[in-house]
Amino acid sequence: MFYRENGQLKTSYQADQQIFPIAQDRWAIIGLVLFAIVAVPLLANEYTFSAILIPFLILSLAALGVNILVGYCGQISMGSGAFMAVGAYAAYNTLVRIDGMPLLLALLSGGFFATVVGMFFGIPSLRVKGLYLAVATLAAQFLSDWAFLRVPWFTNNSTSGSVMVSELQMFSWRIDTAVEKYLFCLGFLIVFAVLAKNLVRSAIGREWMAVRDMDVAAAVIGIRITYAKLSAFAVSSFIIGVAGALWGFVHLGAWEPAAFGLDRSFQLLFIVIIGGMGSIMGSFFGAAFIVILPIVLSQTLPALGNLVGFEVSTAAISHAEFMIFGALIVWFLIVEPHGLAKLWSTGKQKLRLWPFPH
Amino acid sequence: MSYINPVNCADRPAGAFLAPQEAGQTKKIGDVILDVRNISLRFGGVKALTDISFDVREHEVRSIIGPNGAGKSSMLNCINGVYAQQEGSITFRGRTFKHMNSRAVAEMGIARTFQNLALFKGMSVIENIMTGRNLFMKSNLLLQALRLGPAGREEVRHREFVEHIVDFLEIQQHRSTPVGQLPYGLQKRVDLGRALAMEPKMLLLDEPMAGMNVEEKQDMCRFILDINDEFGTTVVLIEHDMGVVMDISDRVVVLDYGKKIGDGTPDEVRNNEDVINAYLGNSH
Amino acid sequence: MGFFLEALFAGLMSGVLYSLVALGFVLIFKTSGVFNFAQGAMVLFAALAMARFAEWLPQWLGFESALLANIVAFLIAGAIMCVVAWLVELLVLRHLVNQSDATLLMATLGVAYFLDGLGQSGFGSGIYTIDVGMPKDPIFVLESVFPGGILLNKEDLIATVIATALVGLLTLFFMKTTTGRALRAVADDHQAAQSIGIPLNRIWVIVWCVAGGVALVAGVIWGSKLGVQFSLSTVALRALPVIILGGLTSIPGAIVGGLIIGVGEKLSELYLGPLIGGGIEIWFAYVLALVFLLFRPQGLFGEKIIDRV
Repeated sequence: MFYRENGQLKTSYQADQQIFPIAQDRWAIIGLVLFAIVAVPLLANEYTFSAILIPFLILSLAALGVNILVGYCGQISMGSGAFMAVGAYAAYNTLVRIDGMPLLLALLSGGFFATVVGMFFGIPSLRVKGLYLAVATLAAQFLSDWAFLRVPWFTNNSTSGSVMVSELQMFSWRIDTAVEKYLFCLGFLIVFAVLAKNLVRSAIGREWMAVRDMDVAAAVIGIRITYAKLSAFAVSSFIIGVAGALWGFVHLGAWEPAAFGLDRSFQLLFIVIIGGMGSIMGSFFGAAFIVILPIVLSQTLPALGNLVGFEVSTAAISHAEFMIFGALIVWFLIVEPHGLAKLWSTGKQKLRLWPFPH
Repeated sequence: MSYINPVNCADRPAGAFLAPQEAGQTKKIGDVILDVRNISLRFGGVKALTDISFDVREHEVRSIIGPNGAGKSSMLNCINGVYAQQEGSITFRGRTFKHMNSRAVAEMGIARTFQNLALFKGMSVIENIMTGRNLFMKSNLLLQALRLGPAGREEVRHREFVEHIVDFLEIQQHRSTPVGQLPYGLQKRVDLGRALAMEPKMLLLDEPMAGMNVEEKQDMCRFILDINDEFGTTVVLIEHDMGVVMDISDRVVVLDYGKKIGDGTPDEVRNNEDVINAYLGNSH
Repeated sequence: MGFFLEALFAGLMSGVLYSLVALGFVLIFKTSGVFNFAQGAMVLFAALAMARFAEWLPQWLGFESALLANIVAFLIAGAIMCVVAWLVELLVLRHLVNQSDATLLMATLGVAYFLDGLGQSGFGSGIYTIDVGMPKDPIFVLESVFPGGILLNKEDLIATVIATALVGLLTLFFMKTTTGRALRAVADDHQAAQSIGIPLNRIWVIVWCVAGGVALVAGVIWGSKLGVQFSLSTVALRALPVIILGGLTSIPGAIVGGLIIGVGEKLSELYLGPLIGGGIEIWFAYVLALVFLLFRPQGLFGEKIIDRV
């Protein structure tokens, strides 16, 4: 009833091309961003920030990157973890090896190096598709697992094999409390989400989707397939690289290559499938889902077990997690291939007509 | 030999968005614009095309006909650079190529529609047609990401052009529908719209009327003739409906088993012995 | 030289095991067009079932014979794999007919996660042993040619024999039986096969059963060599480059590819490893496959792909 677009007539193409053409959506999103910036820091506690909110923000950012490649350009990547790793280690190295390196630049350089590596591993996509490409990107994953474990230069010759970033400072702002870390990540996420949204609704975004949907036809209408694919790899890896750097610097503080292993790649892929392929919004839904589900399970499963007089171990919870994720992936692929984002937009569509659906 | 003619394309309304033509002006067929010379194409041992030569003159409607598997689509694929022929060359507007490059072909002004729908299923009608404008969009990645200044204006300008095409093809109410949800006939129109968005000099139409009913065929015919008359676009048409072909073509090429068996005006082709045999079978 | 030959043989033998896992991939891909990421999870699942039932049966039923326990456990594990195959077809594949390769691939990734979770919650997540009485002692051959001879593992030799026998058996099955012929027909052309009355769904169940059986054999061999544990699930990832090398649809390709990768891994670890820090086994195969992809995308024995519009 309150969610109507009646009376909101578009008088220019510009108005019609807005990200949120319906005024209520616009207000809702502005409200949400304000809530995230102002209210959340007041309401949430230390645990919520470090266990839920910060991982959610960074994984959303990474999923945004993966979604551009997988969801928009249709190139399956199972090497996202590797690009995160490259981002994290490159940012680390620029920070410790160059004197007076500002934090912001270090993080962005992580994105830059991830772009270079991502484009390199994107080259096979020019020759092969689908399944073959999945294997090619797995090569990136295994190579990065090995390189950051075995090549001491990357870890600045750290004896333990793990690296650490002790102090985060941007200009004169010391980022050390959980709230500050949260706001720092939120800033990155908002900026990148807007940029990504702009890209996917511009010419380049249409090129990516054209390549995804029907590459031969795309070539015939003059889209350069090479450029489209490599630019998708580049943009995607840049965002994933920055996310990786944030994951290492802000969320973990100290990390080992295992933080960016194959499991991470699969996790990001799952976020995109569950959240919605080819949807910026979906990346957020998927990340929220994948961060919150394990927490919900670890709270509810033992309680459920107690009800029937059965001890539920942490191992059992993690196995249950595996099964639930596995089943959910299959379920989403069968029932709603466009994920939570599609459920959301269907819901909105219904709301527009409510309470008179006919 | 007579052909059934279910579609009468002569009585069509005037073009939808361009000013009507001056009375008495007749279509002027120009010089050779596309010259295909001795094309041979093989897949392993299978000969798809053998030594095909034909030309297309500016502003004409040139049809390629032939039974299924005659190599018609393969011919277009060679022109588009989807397949690389082993022998022969293609000359377009004075430039000769051993192999065509899809991007270069598009830039030179050759657009194409597809036999089996090749629309971008995940995108809306407007977005699909907008992809045809990508050729002309010059802003770089960074500008597009920021959507500042020129990038935003460019987007609006091309959107306006696309809206004209939407009007012309009479698909206004389907503007933001995902193309996958449209009925077949309308999808064919979107396919045509996407090709038109490239402002082509020459339009390759691969069975634009396959699987349509009579009304849809009439509409499509009307669009093709309007495009040809009013924009002066050269049309190369592959079609199975002989009524349509004989009615709207200026000249016809006939292929059979990858070989050219006839070439000429509809009347000449109609009376060609080989063509009649190919279509009706001959008694050996 | 003896050193080299030793590495070569060791490589060939681990190559045989890769071939076995790759065989499972190829069988399923050929007949159903599904790139089965769950093959590794199936290996783990089958091996877990086998190991645990071999341990449980004597306890439950109170008999001593390890041989009997192994045989019954093997049969039970085989039956379980058939149930898994049937459920996968019923719950997953049937609903994803005509979907894109990528969708199917990701669905099998979901199946893999599910099987990993189910296997570990059902059978436990520790490290278990499978003892089918394979001799562990090494033997020396060619002592007359090289000083000290070449060290070979009897276990590996037996594994090779079993694997070869299995491949032979599968070939017979494909070539000589009616079901095998139906499978080949489906592999050639789904629709044509269906139109002459081959029940597609049943064929898929059968082929997943066969792949499950192959996974079981692979799981037993690997398990008895290295113990049954979660890492077995990643064996499949080692076998992926094999099918890239051999071609997705080629059974001989799976075998030859497996041998090449096996030997390549061992030799590269031996000669290249020390130069750049060791542990390169895990990515060597992938890089080899990647380079191969760039020059011959269809693999050694695969069919060339032609795009049609």
